[in-house]
Amino acid sequence: MSDLTSLNLHRAIQGLRQGEFSCRELIQAYLERIQLLDLDLNAYLFTDPEGALKQAEAADQRLAEWRKFPQTELPPLLGIPLAVKDILCVKGMPCTCGSKILEGFVPPYHATAVERLLAAGAIILGKTNTDEFAMGSSTENSAYGVTRNPWNRERVPGGSSGGSAAAVAARLAPVALGTDTGGSVRQPASFCGVSGLKPTYGRVSRYGLVAYGSSLDVVGVFGREMQEIALIYELMAGVDPRDATTVDLPVPHIDLNQNIELSNLRIGVPKEYFLPGMQPQVEQAIREAIRHLQALGAQVEEISLPHTEYALPVYYLIAPAEASANLARYDGIRYGPRLSAATMWDIFYRTRGEKFGAEVKRRIMLGTYALSAGYYDAYYGKAQKVRTLIKQDFERAFQTVDVIAAPIAPTTAFPIGEHTDDPLAMYLEDVFTLPANLAGVPGLAFPVGFDQQGLPIGMQLMGSYFQEELLFRIAHAYQLTTDWHLRTP
Amino acid sequence: MAEFDWTEKYEAVIGVEVHAELATRSKMFCSCAVVDATTAEPNIAVCPVCAGMPGVLPVVNQAAVELGVRLALALECEILPSSIFARKNYFYPDLPKGYQISQYEQPLARNGRLTILTSQGEKTVRIRRVHLEEDTGKLTHVTKDGENYSLIDLNRAGVPLLEIVTEPDLHSAEDVRAYAMALRNLLRYCEVNSGDMQKGVMRIEPNVSVRKRGSQQLGTRTEIKNLNSFRALERSVAYEIERQVKLLQAGQEVIQETRGWDEAQGKTVSQRSKEEAHDYRYFPEPDLPPLVIDPAWLEEIRLHLPELPVNRWRRFQSQYGLSAYDAEVLTNERIVADYFEQAVSQAPHLSPKTIANWICGEVFGLMNQAGTEFDPYLLPVDSLVELLSVLEEGAINQPTAKAILAELFGSDKRARQLIQEKGLQQVSDVNQIRQMVAQVLQENPEQVQTYLNGKETLQQWFFGQVMRLAAGKANPKVVQQVLQEHLDHLKTSAKR
Repeated sequence: MSDLTSLNLHRAIQGLRQGEFSCRELIQAYLERIQLLDLDLNAYLFTDPEGALKQAEAADQRLAEWRKFPQTELPPLLGIPLAVKDILCVKGMPCTCGSKILEGFVPPYHATAVERLLAAGAIILGKTNTDEFAMGSSTENSAYGVTRNPWNRERVPGGSSGGSAAAVAARLAPVALGTDTGGSVRQPASFCGVSGLKPTYGRVSRYGLVAYGSSLDVVGVFGREMQEIALIYELMAGVDPRDATTVDLPVPHIDLNQNIELSNLRIGVPKEYFLPGMQPQVEQAIREAIRHLQALGAQVEEISLPHTEYALPVYYLIAPAEASANLARYDGIRYGPRLSAATMWDIFYRTRGEKFGAEVKRRIMLGTYALSAGYYDAYYGKAQKVRTLIKQDFERAFQTVDVIAAPIAPTTAFPIGEHTDDPLAMYLEDVFTLPANLAGVPGLAFPVGFDQQGLPIGMQLMGSYFQEELLFRIAHAYQLTTDWHLRTP
Repeated sequence: MAEFDWTEKYEAVIGVEVHAELATRSKMFCSCAVVDATTAEPNIAVCPVCAGMPGVLPVVNQAAVELGVRLALALECEILPSSIFARKNYFYPDLPKGYQISQYEQPLARNGRLTILTSQGEKTVRIRRVHLEEDTGKLTHVTKDGENYSLIDLNRAGVPLLEIVTEPDLHSAEDVRAYAMALRNLLRYCEVNSGDMQKGVMRIEPNVSVRKRGSQQLGTRTEIKNLNSFRALERSVAYEIERQVKLLQAGQEVIQETRGWDEAQGKTVSQRSKEEAHDYRYFPEPDLPPLVIDPAWLEEIRLHLPELPVNRWRRFQSQYGLSAYDAEVLTNERIVADYFEQAVSQAPHLSPKTIANWICGEVFGLMNQAGTEFDPYLLPVDSLVELLSVLEEGAINQPTAKAILAELFGSDKRARQLIQEKGLQQVSDVNQIRQMVAQVLQENPEQVQTYLNGKETLQQWFFGQVMRLAAGKANPKVVQQVLQEHLDHLKTSAKR
């Protein structure tokens, strides 16, 4: 029955309701595939077969009752399996954030996004691998081993949500949640040949998302087709009384089956996003995808986002500064492992010194420095000002264009180990994804081709605040007329 | 401490920081109940948010903001239309998140003032800023089986606090005490908290420095912590001024540091020097949007602000003709001032001064004896008014009134009813009193003779005998009058 894992979300929902297969069979198919492939891929850090099967049985009962009274309403995701990045809290499941410092920590609460999807009937298969505290672009910074790219096991899947991207690419889950602080959904989506959404900041609650850069973090979702992503997004989005930074705007139902009309659409292509050092096939694929959208009727024009080059330094001041405070709570006192020592201060030093990985410690140091007395104005303060300029770049651009089309990463998936000794080269992987986080605008990644080595290439569409639906429509029109998204490793 | 006069050559310059707990039901950033940390079972009011679990977020408690705004308005502050929460970063096991959510660059309010009453008269203390923040948990260090442990209680973690910072406008231990008392009264007037220093709802940290008189430059300051009573506050500031003056006199320097008050030894002790001071690395709290105060809401709070103690103190003197002292005693507590004014309005026939005397004297005395704070339920206003009215009518005398007051206290009986039941009405009937006077004189012929022989002071003794015979109920004026008549009559007869 393993071909059940090749069904898209809507076919799976339909099949369950029509009784073509049981929820138990569907979940079992995914669990078997995980067992078969994940020893090698390492997409999952934790799976919950018993729990998932138990919920599947409950879903099957519910479906059986529903078939007797089909006029009643069913939860929209009833019986649909889901993978969750191990940085989002799921009550009763371990949450390590890819770090040794949270080994054994089991949160007694759900993240709001998770809670909403569970309420919609989803079944969580397990938690997926991530760079430690989402700090990285390859999952190589996970304390629990790298995740391998399903298209080429010697390559990274991207990061930090590499486990979720790889899980969807390898059909170890139909859809998966990730988080995106500087590109952590879009870049692994690109590397793994799947689609991924980073919503507008404030659109999806961050409650239960273990904070890295609080003013940048957002919960995102991976899938293959736009309808899948739109459905999950719609169910997660909306104001949350537990997150004061969520925005109280209605969440309309998104129906992508309406007629797709791109002829009034203006697409901006920012010249700053095409660098001389880019992998030529990446640029070719992006240009080709833009031409395809043009052929579908869109008007394309070159635009400028003049402060793009500052996004990298600004991000690497703001995110580490926030992280230095966000990660202060991991002191070995209340949860996670505690290393014994003679004094209280030595407990802190030892626990944090030994249980945090190198990249995390590097960013804590960077952020602590940027906030220190005498340096604050020159670093953190200045970065905030430049962040405003980057935001204004986008606001100005969206006065003349509806969406922005751009590459996601300068290269396709790089070999495991290539950048591990060179943090700066690793940071450059995020150069095209950081601006959307700094500005807070939504970004949607989807596959638009492959390089000569058969590695996927993704493109991102960025929209103005809360314009996720527009991004889905354009990508859906693209996917209806191409098949990159249907290719599997 | 021996008398030490430094005031001629030196001047003390003192600013004060007060942390006032905001008496809300729930904590500053979560829905946990605020419990009495001195009596509650440890860690009974803790949730993932105030325990600083991974992924949780703070949400501002509007009730705390309202109390903060109320006090800031009472301090005549400028309320910022938009204030910013900030993270104050430092490591300590009682600080679950590794940072405290506070306010830094844009506080809730600033530029206020508070009038204080000192032996040199009224003074105005400028308030620099008022800001919202959260409390930390509490550590207890214990030894068990020879091992040392530190226990953490997070009941207090996340309890809303208001930090109130003055300009360095205070110049003596008395000033500091007067400021603290005035602020405490204000906190209680505005129902911000109980003002109970023992429970830690008001924590005072004075910053003390001294300089040569006439100097414009501020001296090096020290900050005093661990003060849990007004007495400790006054003593510690006096000690610290003297310590610093002596250092300067000896040609030594004051070191900028934090000093703790050692109550037992009666001295301040060095705790942490400037070199060890934290770099708190404040930055705006990204989890909370700016705190915007709606102008209409602000006006509503302003409208419901009670009359402030100092204004009431002035009005009690001008409107009721009370002394500054009586007015102060009555206005220190809003509940007492309200009680007094209710009594005055219910009894236009009584002089406010009389009412004030009874409240400040007898009523306070009874509350003290009962070991309670002023509690109007123990003696409803109308009950006191009824008693004072009966006294004013002359139906009872002063000692009887006092005795009845003691019986009214804590009971639901009324004065007139008690007087009836016990037959305590004053006897003013002249005939009845004549009989009693005659009886006393008849029964004491020796004393009458001595009196007639010239010892006129015995008249007071006869008065006492009559009152005793009347069981204290006779109208003293009538007794005096009748007794005088009888004695005058006896004198005239004896001369014949």
